[in-house]
Amino acid sequence: MSLRTTAAEAAANPLIPHTAELIVGFIAFSLLFLVLKSRVVPMFEKAFAARTEAIQGGMEKAEKAQREAEVALEKYTLQLTEARTEAQKIREEARVQGAAIIEDLRSKAQEEAARITAAATASIEAERQQAITSLRNEVGTLATELASKIVGEALDDQVRQSRIVDRFLDDLEKSK
Amino acid sequence: MLGLAFAKGGGFVPPSTADFNLPPAIGNNPYTTKPIFLVVLSVVLISVFFIAASRKALVVPSKFQFAGESIYGFVRNSIGEEIIGHEFMRFVPFLFTLFTFILTNNVFGIIPLLQFPAMSHVSFPYVLAGFSFVIFHWVGIKKQGLGKYLKGIAFMPGVPKAVYILLTPIEVATFFLVRPLTLSLRLFANMFAGHLLLLVFIMGGDHLIRGVIGLKIIAPFAFTFGIGMTFFEFMVQCLQAYIFTLLTALFIAGALADEH
Repeated sequence: MSLRTTAAEAAANPLIPHTAELIVGFIAFSLLFLVLKSRVVPMFEKAFAARTEAIQGGMEKAEKAQREAEVALEKYTLQLTEARTEAQKIREEARVQGAAIIEDLRSKAQEEAARITAAATASIEAERQQAITSLRNEVGTLATELASKIVGEALDDQVRQSRIVDRFLDDLEKSK
Repeated sequence: MLGLAFAKGGGFVPPSTADFNLPPAIGNNPYTTKPIFLVVLSVVLISVFFIAASRKALVVPSKFQFAGESIYGFVRNSIGEEIIGHEFMRFVPFLFTLFTFILTNNVFGIIPLLQFPAMSHVSFPYVLAGFSFVIFHWVGIKKQGLGKYLKGIAFMPGVPKAVYILLTPIEVATFFLVRPLTLSLRLFANMFAGHLLLLVFIMGGDHLIRGVIGLKIIAPFAFTFGIGMTFFEFMVQCLQAYIFTLLTALFIAGALADEH
């Protein structure tokens, strides 16, 4: 009990602090505060910050990817529409061109046909003229020969001969 | 003292305040008492635990880091950020130290072999309340200036002048006397009473079991109740650590607010 002379006083009133405990309490708390402040809190804060950043970074990345995908989709849609319009235009052009070509060919063919027909007509006409001329000559000769034989008249005079033939032919045409 | 009483086989001596004053371990040196050892031990344990838990500071925490982080995060977010607001980060180390220090020393009360809550020695709560007192006043003075801060306390704005006759003494007493006293005494008294309660059931049970047959039968009930009270004590110990820290945060928040 002799050990507890100071303690006995305090025992009577537990609200009276002990000097030794006050000092130790002060030092212990201060020390703990310094340790936790310098070694523990910064590390935990670092971990928290890293975690927040990791989550935020991931979210931002995802958002960015989504935005990019949307932009790409828009671009592709636009391109698709453009391509469709282009194709439509090309088709239209091709049709117009095709029609033009056909029209062109047709007109050319018609021209050609007309040209061929004209040439043929001309050549037929020429041949007919030739035939008429040669026929007239031959018929004239024959007739003259025949007439000279019958009439006994020499009709070898060229001028007379042709006059006689012409007259004959005129008569012939009139008698028709 | 109790031991002596039992050895003599005398009547039951109920545990008293004297049971909180254990003699020093070495001679008459007042620095070698159990509560002082416990406080030093708590500093070592808390430091080692949290340094080990926070050493790696991984983004994906290990279970160990998570355990440390949960306690830290609780003080940081639920007490610091929610009560103090945007300036809270400055006070987190202090609040964190306060909470872990009180909690550990409280829980020592139910840890086998240690079984003594250091906070049942009023000196420690006094020291802690002293820190809290100095800090919240310092914060207020620094934020608002000494004159404005004291005026804000003594003459609460928006009150009719006549009321100051009543209000000023109350407010001054609240800020400079009641707050630190209630803060320290609440903690002290809870730990003191809790420990006394456990002593009553355990010592009482011990006394009963040494008694006559009839009393021996009752002894288990005393022990069972003692165990039940131990769980209850654990709750009180955690709660008191939380309340002390929460109130300190509230005082700081009040000092930070321009008008309280």
